[in-house]
Amino acid sequence: MGKWFKSGSPWIWMTGGAVSISLIAVLGLLLLIAWRGLSYFWPADIYQWEVVDQQGKRSTIIGEIYDKEEVPTERLISAGHKFSEDPGELVTRYLIKTGNREFVGLDFRWVLETDILSRTTPKDVAKLERSKNGDFFGYPIAIIEDGKRLTLDDVEASFEEHIERAVALSDKATSLQKREIGAVNYELENLRLKERRFELDNALTDSRKLELQAERDKLQADYKVLEKDFFALREEAGRDAVIVRDMRGEEVTLKLDSILGVTYSNRLGIMGKLGHWFSGVGNFVSADPREANTEGGVFPAIFGTVFMVLLMAVIVTPFGVVAAIYLHEYAKKGPITKMIRIAVINLAGVPSIVYGVFGLGFFVYMLGGSIDQLFYPEALPAPTYGSPGVIWSALTLAILTLPVVIVSTEEGLSRIPSSVRQGSLALGATKAETLWRIIIPMASPAIMTGLILAVARAAGEVAPLMLVGVVKLAPTLPIDMNFPFVHLERKFMHLGFHIYDVGFQSPNVEAARPLVYATSFLLVSVIVSLNLTAIAVRNHLREKYRSLEH
Amino acid sequence: METQVIQPGSTATDLLMGKGSSKRAFKDKLTQFGVTMGGTMVFVALLLIFFYLLYVVKPIFDGADVTPVMNVELQDVTSPVLMVGSDEQNEILYRVSQDGGVSFYSALSANLVKQAHIDVPQDAEIVSSVASVPNEQRFAFGLSNGQVIIGGVNFAVTYPDNKRLITPSLRYPLGETPLQVSESGTPLYQLAFASASDKLSFAYHDAEGRWFLTRHNGEENMMTEEVEWEATTSQLNEAPAQVDQQLMTPDQRQLLLRSGNRLYVYDIRYVDEIALSQVIELERAKTKVTDVALLAGASSLLVSYDNGQIYQYFQVNGDKGRQYQEIRDFKNKAGVKRIAGEFYRKSFATVSESGELDLLYTTSERKLFTESFDLAHATQMSFSPRANALVVEAGNKLHLFAVENSHPEVSWSAMWSKVWYEGYPEPQYVWQSTSGSDDFEAKLSLMPLAFGTMKAALYAMLFATPLAIAGAVYTAYFMSPKVRAVVKPTIEIMEALPTVILGFLAGLWLAPLIEDHLPGIIMLLVLLPVSILLTALAWYKLPGRWKQRLPETYQELMLVPVICFVGWFAFYISPSIEVAFFGGDTRLFITNELGITFDQRNALVVGIAMGFAVIPTIFSIAEDAVFSVPRHLSNGSLALGATNWQTLTRVVLLTASPGIFSAVMMGLGRAVGETMIVLMATGNTAIMEWSVFEGMRTLAANIAVEMPESAIGSSHYRVLFLAAFVLFIFTFLFNTIAEVVRQRLRERYSSL
Repeated sequence: MGKWFKSGSPWIWMTGGAVSISLIAVLGLLLLIAWRGLSYFWPADIYQWEVVDQQGKRSTIIGEIYDKEEVPTERLISAGHKFSEDPGELVTRYLIKTGNREFVGLDFRWVLETDILSRTTPKDVAKLERSKNGDFFGYPIAIIEDGKRLTLDDVEASFEEHIERAVALSDKATSLQKREIGAVNYELENLRLKERRFELDNALTDSRKLELQAERDKLQADYKVLEKDFFALREEAGRDAVIVRDMRGEEVTLKLDSILGVTYSNRLGIMGKLGHWFSGVGNFVSADPREANTEGGVFPAIFGTVFMVLLMAVIVTPFGVVAAIYLHEYAKKGPITKMIRIAVINLAGVPSIVYGVFGLGFFVYMLGGSIDQLFYPEALPAPTYGSPGVIWSALTLAILTLPVVIVSTEEGLSRIPSSVRQGSLALGATKAETLWRIIIPMASPAIMTGLILAVARAAGEVAPLMLVGVVKLAPTLPIDMNFPFVHLERKFMHLGFHIYDVGFQSPNVEAARPLVYATSFLLVSVIVSLNLTAIAVRNHLREKYRSLEH
Repeated sequence: METQVIQPGSTATDLLMGKGSSKRAFKDKLTQFGVTMGGTMVFVALLLIFFYLLYVVKPIFDGADVTPVMNVELQDVTSPVLMVGSDEQNEILYRVSQDGGVSFYSALSANLVKQAHIDVPQDAEIVSSVASVPNEQRFAFGLSNGQVIIGGVNFAVTYPDNKRLITPSLRYPLGETPLQVSESGTPLYQLAFASASDKLSFAYHDAEGRWFLTRHNGEENMMTEEVEWEATTSQLNEAPAQVDQQLMTPDQRQLLLRSGNRLYVYDIRYVDEIALSQVIELERAKTKVTDVALLAGASSLLVSYDNGQIYQYFQVNGDKGRQYQEIRDFKNKAGVKRIAGEFYRKSFATVSESGELDLLYTTSERKLFTESFDLAHATQMSFSPRANALVVEAGNKLHLFAVENSHPEVSWSAMWSKVWYEGYPEPQYVWQSTSGSDDFEAKLSLMPLAFGTMKAALYAMLFATPLAIAGAVYTAYFMSPKVRAVVKPTIEIMEALPTVILGFLAGLWLAPLIEDHLPGIIMLLVLLPVSILLTALAWYKLPGRWKQRLPETYQELMLVPVICFVGWFAFYISPSIEVAFFGGDTRLFITNELGITFDQRNALVVGIAMGFAVIPTIFSIAEDAVFSVPRHLSNGSLALGATNWQTLTRVVLLTASPGIFSAVMMGLGRAVGETMIVLMATGNTAIMEWSVFEGMRTLAANIAVEMPESAIGSSHYRVLFLAAFVLFIFTFLFNTIAEVVRQRLRERYSSL
């Protein structure tokens, strides 16, 4: 033993343990996110419990098991809970999602194992996904079509049919509201700004006033027609209703235009659940968020993230590459160049929030404010560019990721053997030609690596964006059908901020948590795959030049 | 990076590019120019960050500026001045004299615009006059028949022909009929008053020198919407015989009577229970009190002396209840003649006998401005409503000064040392930037935030450094290349993981987990090393033929299942331990039995979560440093008979120590500036406690929380910029040290 200790072998094992712990942490973290994120879409069994409470009152609970934990009995007893028989040291406690928010007050409740009398999984119980007030659990009994109660043998089939109709009509209405009506509103706002512009220029003549008024009247007329269509569609969508028996045993009538889908989870086989899982994932990435972001999809956040990151890539690449080429190919080698290089590397370590502060002060307030003064005086005091927006976010993140691109490109440049350059110059090419035809093509994988790393970093940054452009809910995307189609001054949604916001600022954190896990998984998988790509490109590059050097 | 192309000589270029190649030469030059320009621009842009932050921060350290704008000769001066002032735009100056005359002067044309006089009843005359606190702009006159007239100034703003026109007038906020204060109709000498919409208080003495307090409680008549006043009067006991100055706080809770160098404080909250609550001795060696003034918010008293000293007093909770106490003092060169406080902030101006004007701020203890003007024998002084001008009456003239005083409340001492704020029992470090109320004073001490930053970074480093360095050593020195090729990138990928996800997991998953399984977590700290050692021992004792059967390459990963099992085991038995030792609830046990505050989102959670974020940074750089120690060094050591461990600790680690140091520096830099994790995993309360079970508020998180809501150009905004600047400098410094050390090391290796 003593000899074994003296050899230092135990300490080597300890260091090995450190590696193992780090590895477990990394993989465990990724697995945790993946598991929680992906299981969100799996249709869970719907249970019906008969429970008895402290007063001996029996009641029925219908819902999904959300979480479970072991609680020391003593803690429960000290909290005033009485047990009829000794339950042992620990008691299992279930967190049950009961939905039906507007009828039962709390849509989540804890139930002790000892209070449960029976648990069943009835086949006829369904989960109704709604556009308001969260999910609803209960037994659909009948359909009301246009005020008439239909007596049906097969409620399920008819139910789904009616829902599809209502959903299709609602979608039509929403698209009308967003596209056509949105366009009219946009035009009207433009007219108002135009008028104000004339007014500021002292050019608002009576003829112009009439002209503007005529246009406005035309748009108002359009609006009236569209509005009528819209309300007609909405009314048509709200024609039907469904009667559901809930866990209190009462029959509740739910309008169909608020129902998005129905799932008889307990009837589904593995294939059926798998199908549901896929459609759930599809919905998640393509749908808009609902109910203060705690339900629905994350499409605007994905769109915002991608758009902002692409914009940033367009800005950062030329500047980063030019700076690296200057530093490596043109600048004289000396203490100043060395200092600049160190400074650039260090900038990568400066906290991102500092860039956010800079972006807010310099880009948003100073640059944006000046742009507003010069080009958009008609909209003032409402800011156009002088408030946080997607362009300022992209610029801020471009500065933030500039060191990444510079360092990576320079590394690529330094890997190109000088013999290649000298060969090119010896053959009579100018330095510019060598640069364009030989060096940049050879360094392009390194540039790509830098760019990918920059994109990966930018996609995951949240702190600076909170200052320069990200919002909880953006009413419109930065790209739409209204001229000039791309609106760089608009605020946008971002996956990372979505996680922060829904996880920490939403009114119902418990209900939103699975959604946050799903969003996290989406973000992590994008970033990890980007990084793996970068690593693969870099390794490939190293191999390529290793052969070149010998 | 070391390769640098040798510039071809100009002759060679000329030779290669003969005639007709001028286009190529031009392109070459253009590229060179373009690249140089672009490169330089990028570096200038990066420099810009530094200078821009500095540019925004700088104004908070600038002093104030007071410049004379104009002065106007007073006309028809019949009586000494009671108060002076101006409107919000500083266009109209007014002067109220003690005989009830009010004159308005235009600051633009320097003319008398309007003159008015208080309506005094036929049978009475003015015997005393008093001005309200500055922000009310009211004044009151006590009459010989026991009545009081309260007056004020009004500035009506109209826009005829799109031009601003300000019309001044005299108004009577409580109606034109004088208010009967003394029932017996005695003259009201030395009047003091305070008014609110439903409550009025008057203090005065009669011809015999008896002091009285009259309180009017108003009730609005529902029908006529007129306020009906009901008066109560009581006499003050123990009043000094000779009173030099009388003040009443606007909240009508205190009456202050100064008699020579003594200040009597009366509690006048209830008229029938008036009590002398404190007598403040203002006597100081060979000096005389010249003035006592209320500071904005009326919680502080400023006492000035004829030798230039000014003392601030405010009430502090003590054994005898709330008592006035001397807080701090200011020293002016000459004796103070008049003090004027701002309407809302704690700035005040003083003017001396000889005409020296000083601008000071209480809590930041700053003297913002001092200069001598032609203001000898100044008789009255007042700030304008927006605190951007100062009106002084001196030598039969009204002087208007423009005041530029944007950030008086911020000073180096206010940010980094303890400050005694009004209402606090002692000097403290406080960060409290916003509040609902109007006369709130922002408390901008960066200390709690810097402390929080340090605390978070420290706990994170405590967690991360041993793990990361030990892991790096093993990976670089003992691990087989095949496994290393997988392990290293896996750990490094953590660095790319968005911190918002780590923060989310820390706040919503880890924090409740730790709270519920506290014994398990503590047990894990013990069980893990023990189980690793036991596994090592078991491996050592294992017969050779067993060892051979296990795959040698993956020997390192043998610990993974062991650690997984131990982790699961610790959590599994955690509730049982809780029941056995901590009465079933560890959290309650800690709070009740040990008396330690326990926050769910505490430093432990932050330490672990931020530790995870820092591990890959340290690991990656330290691993590189250890791995690039030349092999012949370690081989030599091993050949001389040293064991693996001896070689590692005495040769490899020693050589790589600068690299490991730089890795730790980089890690620290990251931990200091990390925002999202601390934002989400702590309660973000700016407390200064080292306890591992309490939270903190860091500089970075504070910026993220408060920046979007701070007004551009305000002191708060600039202090947040300063916080960002501090972070910038801090991390830049750490990283530079780390980088320089690393480059040195690289050079040394290449020479070995």
